[in-house]
Amino acid sequence: MDVRFDDPWYDALASGWGELDGTGGVAPVGSAAREEGRGAADVYVEVQRSAAFQEVRRRYRRFVIPGVAVFFSWYVGYVVTATTAPGLMARPVVGAVNVAMLAGLGQFLTTFLFTWAYVRHARLRRDRAALDLRWDTQELTRELVGGER
Amino acid sequence: MTDNHQTLALLLFSSFVAVTLAITTWVSRNRRGSAEEFYAGGRLFSPMENGFAIAGDYMSAASFLGISGLIALFGYDGLLYSVGFLVAWLVVLFLVAELVRNCGRFTLADVVAARMRERPVRIAAGTSSVTVSVLYLVAQMVGAGALVALLLGGEGEAAQAWTVIGVGALMVVYVSLGGMRATTWIQIVKAVLLMGGAIALTVLVLVRFHGDFDQLLRTAAERSGHGDDFLAPGLKYGGDWIARFDFISLGLALVLGTAGLPHILSRFYTVPTARAARRSVVWSIWLIGGFYLMTIVLGFGAAAIVGPEAVRGSNAAGNTAVPLLALDLGGGAASTGGTVLFAIVAAIAFATILAVVAGITLASSASVAHDLYASLRRRRSGPRSEVAVARAAAVGIGTVAIALGLLARDLNVAFLVGLAFAVAASANLPVLLYSLFWRRFTTRGAVWSVYGGLIPSVVLVLLSPVVSGSPDSLFPGVDFQYFPLQNPGLVSIPLGFLAGWLGTVTSAEPPDEAKHAETEVRSLTGAGAV
Repeated sequence: MDVRFDDPWYDALASGWGELDGTGGVAPVGSAAREEGRGAADVYVEVQRSAAFQEVRRRYRRFVIPGVAVFFSWYVGYVVTATTAPGLMARPVVGAVNVAMLAGLGQFLTTFLFTWAYVRHARLRRDRAALDLRWDTQELTRELVGGER
Repeated sequence: MTDNHQTLALLLFSSFVAVTLAITTWVSRNRRGSAEEFYAGGRLFSPMENGFAIAGDYMSAASFLGISGLIALFGYDGLLYSVGFLVAWLVVLFLVAELVRNCGRFTLADVVAARMRERPVRIAAGTSSVTVSVLYLVAQMVGAGALVALLLGGEGEAAQAWTVIGVGALMVVYVSLGGMRATTWIQIVKAVLLMGGAIALTVLVLVRFHGDFDQLLRTAAERSGHGDDFLAPGLKYGGDWIARFDFISLGLALVLGTAGLPHILSRFYTVPTARAARRSVVWSIWLIGGFYLMTIVLGFGAAAIVGPEAVRGSNAAGNTAVPLLALDLGGGAASTGGTVLFAIVAAIAFATILAVVAGITLASSASVAHDLYASLRRRRSGPRSEVAVARAAAVGIGTVAIALGLLARDLNVAFLVGLAFAVAASANLPVLLYSLFWRRFTTRGAVWSVYGGLIPSVVLVLLSPVVSGSPDSLFPGVDFQYFPLQNPGLVSIPLGFLAGWLGTVTSAEPPDEAKHAETEVRSLTGAGAV
């Protein structure tokens, strides 16, 4: 498990940003909000409609929704099978270890795997673009409130 | 138990108390008394520190004592519990941790209130958070009582009550003086102790069986008197269909409840960024996963070495299986090794309970002061007075939990925690997910979804066999039991989601597009996060 990744908030000036796969770079948010008479709310609406944000959101959802669907149904399936079909679960596999024991340990294993996959996906596919957007958004709001932040 | 046990366990326990008190005074020596400091520890913990603290907050007496006790008594059905506790962290990691860190300041209600009319939403979310916290606190208090009863033997009825009071009072002092910074350090110390103790016992159990897990399982099955049934699901939840639905209900509550626990959510605010929040969850998943794998060995070990009869004889609900196992592994009641190991385990279990009590007390005092008081007070006052209210709230909640803890003394700790999870999953999770992901969600939807989950779950518990109508109930004498399941999750979680949807579609006000845009942009990018 690779849990060693740097926090951009702290390492923004360090070189070697982490392994982006070439799709990480996203175009900056448009500058329409810099016009006069706009509120902070408009900035967020504009950022939300920007292609860059839509891309981050799409990447997040396309990983998370199937992921949740898979681990949730695997867990519910396990619980329902354990309660409704104990005969199947009691079938011995090796020695005293039966199907139920393997399924239970399998849940532990898949939890670790999903954790690893999520972190990897977020690090490679989302973090860089999200951070760019964060700067852009804060830059836009800062201009609105007159450099107060 | 002999005097030796008591003295040694008390000594170890007192040193833990002394160390944590010292930490409390040391970390709060330059305390500025700001809300940021009290609720979030200044947001400067590292992911590893926070990961240990989350694990410390989560691995409660229910895990260490309750689950291993259930495994010792009912075999595989206890293991089913721990799977739910772990898989729940995927929900937290995927859907909640980063987004909540980006959107909120101190509590769950912050996230929801950002999009909605603040007052009704804060009152609703604050109420449900306090309810969950109090239920969870009661479970910890009961665990503390069971442990003391074991330490002092049969004569300890009064001592048991005094321990519950002492534990509660001590933690209230920690929390109201030290705030989140002290609480976090207590969690970290406790998590290290707990992991260390669990590793040591697991190694001893495995050594006893020469590293042969298969042999361990077979001995446990033999000793249990149930044979191979002990290693398959069904002993506790297999009987009639009501028992089976009860377990499915519990399973749902466990996996969905974690993401709605106030004391877990508030932990994400103690790190500087969403990325740090993600990394803390990864740390805690490794720690918690490893720990539950060890409780499996400990539970079956207790069944194999101590035997379910002895476990049941000591505490009907099984809460004392691990301390008894330690006594046996060290060489038995008369030996020095047994005495030492037993005392260590008892002290760790105490520390566990104390730390979790601290974490929950802090989170619920935040809900009271930051959500309820801030919404209900008439005039606006400074953040300093809010912190003062939070300190007072910690005292009040501690008192309530102590009183209920004395009342609920004989219920299994893991089961009580299951109730807290059910309420969290029904009242807190739907509103949180809807706010983060549903464009059309409105204030009415938010309020309905909280009460639509909270009220059914609490009412169903009151009407369940837990409270009345069965010999094991809180009030065995009366019978107003109309709901068959002990855990309300199967009914109340869908109701929470349904109520939120219904409130939204029937709501007259249109959803606020701009505020939704703000929540969505902030949650996914971290723009404007505090």
